[in-house]
Amino acid sequence: MGNVLIFAEHAHGELPKATAIAVGAGKEAAQKLGGDTILAVLNNTIGGLAERAAKLGATKVVTVENPALEHNMADVTAAALGEVAKAVDAGLIVFAATTLGKEIAPRLAAALEAATASDVTGINDDGTFVRPMYAGSAFATVELKGDRKIISVRTTAFEPAAEDGSSPIEALSVDIPMPGNPAEFVSQAETKSDRPVLTEANRVVAGGRGLKNAENFTTVLEPLVDALGAAMGASRAAVDAGYVPNDLQVGQTGKVVAPALYIAVGISGAIQHLAGMKDSKVIVAINKDAEAPIFSVADYGLVADLFEAVPEMTGKIA
Amino acid sequence: MKILVAIKRVPDAETTIKVNPEGTGIVNAGVKWVVNPFCEIAIEEALKIKETKGDVEVVLVTVGRSESQEQLRTGLAMGADRAILVTAENLDTTGVSRVLAKIVEKESPDVVFLGKQAIDDDSNEVGQMLAQRLGWAQACYISEFNMADDAKSAQVVREIDGGMRTDKVMLPAIITADLRLNEPRYASLPGIMKARKKPLEEIDGASLGVDLEPKIIIKSMAPPPARAAGRLVESVDELINALKNEAKVL
Ligand SMILES: Cc1cc2nc3c(=O)[nH]c(=O)nc-3n(C[C@H](O)[C@H](O)[C@H](O)COP(=O)(O)OP(=O)(O)OC[C@H]3O[C@@H](n4cnc5c(N)ncnc54)[C@H](O)[C@@H]3O)c2cc1C
Ligand SMILES: Nc1ncnc2c1ncn2[C@@H]1O[C@H](COP(=O)(O)O)[C@@H](O)[C@H]1O
Repeated sequence: MGNVLIFAEHAHGELPKATAIAVGAGKEAAQKLGGDTILAVLNNTIGGLAERAAKLGATKVVTVENPALEHNMADVTAAALGEVAKAVDAGLIVFAATTLGKEIAPRLAAALEAATASDVTGINDDGTFVRPMYAGSAFATVELKGDRKIISVRTTAFEPAAEDGSSPIEALSVDIPMPGNPAEFVSQAETKSDRPVLTEANRVVAGGRGLKNAENFTTVLEPLVDALGAAMGASRAAVDAGYVPNDLQVGQTGKVVAPALYIAVGISGAIQHLAGMKDSKVIVAINKDAEAPIFSVADYGLVADLFEAVPEMTGKIA
Repeated sequence: MKILVAIKRVPDAETTIKVNPEGTGIVNAGVKWVVNPFCEIAIEEALKIKETKGDVEVVLVTVGRSESQEQLRTGLAMGADRAILVTAENLDTTGVSRVLAKIVEKESPDVVFLGKQAIDDDSNEVGQMLAQRLGWAQACYISEFNMADDAKSAQVVREIDGGMRTDKVMLPAIITADLRLNEPRYASLPGIMKARKKPLEEIDGASLGVDLEPKIIIKSMAPPPARAAGRLVESVDELINALKNEAKVL
């Protein structure tokens, strides 16, 4: 079926955990379906990225260096990847289901007329894939038609590749068919935080509308977050109300997380929220409403006023 | 100026979705059908541009069964000018994007708004595919849309994993709406009355001369694995104790 091409997402010269997970999923696919794993690093300057990528142990790392690849523009990156796919005889192309992966994968699918599935949670021996639908209320087994397939993989559903490999590195020279009116990067405002990255954290403490305002996030929730060395998450209601930045939203249309410990504070547990955290190993819910649906997925539920329970818990942990 | 908005009929976000016993799809009985929430946001943005720029025609398009007329009427009641229903069944995102590309060719809009994702299949694909088919720039997951005065370009703020970024796209372009772009309005009663008389054109999908064969086939569907039942604890002390000694996560 051709080779397995994996897109290496990167930022600030580093490879996020999502890339290691995409490689992990790509290796699993290659094992079940055949082919080599080829990890593609695209950027305006490759620098140390190639060596870092080589540690993930794909059969081969290929690099494409081109000024147009700065800023991860979806249109140009998809155009370049299309050429890489042809050059390495890719039968399956794997992306991590991050915002970037989901911007590029479908565009590439249309360019290559390849069948595609997003947010894949399972790769079956018979070549079918599993993916959630309806906010995780259903899991579909899907067949992708044709010789070339593209998937984005849910980062909570696959193990990251170990960093003990050393793949050979090959610089590819491809002509990028430039789009007629490429989008232009203007600026980026990154959420700065010393806390672990939400999607990579071992522990997550998430707050909802029950926190009532931004100040309470800072004075009530954050001390618990930090006492646990956790990442902070939030419900859509908390983000919409402006209590916390948008990139902390957990759920169907936000981040999907599966930490060892997830503590939901003042979150009711709408299906759209559960879609993003249900696979956490241990779930704790603190909510004053005993009927809140969050308790249906909680391993440990505490029916209490968060403004009393959270500071008490913080004090007893710290 | 003309703005095209692609919308999809989906089960209401509040509906509990169940997989049918045969594992072939979902139980349709009792499902309330609505405009996909992200598409409502897309419609709202088009209407806001119409209100500020004047002389803007907002055209809605959906691809689906004839029942999708209801969702087009909802969008017309919100304030869109006319609507196009392309009748076709069981299309995947590839088929939908091919059909939409044809409609864009016919209508030549200055900008196309879509939702970031449809909350039934949760694909998050159609906008990006459409952009590629048209050879246009795409701006996905936007929470701000600012059209230049000459309407030749737009600056957008996009919600990405690490925060926000601002991009500039030349128009025409494909724009997909995220949750925080705006608060969609409700259709007013006069709006609903007016919507009944607004033009709704029906086009047979098969007449468009595009390949509608799906590339992704759902072989079966299953409910999510159930979580083992948990328990309520009485106090913070009991909680900490359980996390330390039972769950061993502290
Ligand atoms: C298209 C779409 C996409 C969506 N995507 C997402 C998504 O990705 N993520 C997401 O989270 N949501 C999403 N939602 C929204 C979702 O449906 C819910 O509205 C949202 O999750 C509710 O957030 P919440 O639990 O913080 O607020 P609420 O539902 O208002 O719950 C607040 C909770 O706090 C409790 N509380 C209040 N005060 C206290 C107190 N003093 N002590 C203890 N408990 C207290 C209350 O009992 C209540 O249970 C989406 C919705 C739609 C339509
Ligand atoms: N059948 C359809 N008809 C019209 N627009 C659609 C259809 N399906 C998807 N879309 C558009 O594409 C967006 C993303 O959908 P999806 O890629 O299916 O998650 C939706 O919010 C709509 O704007």
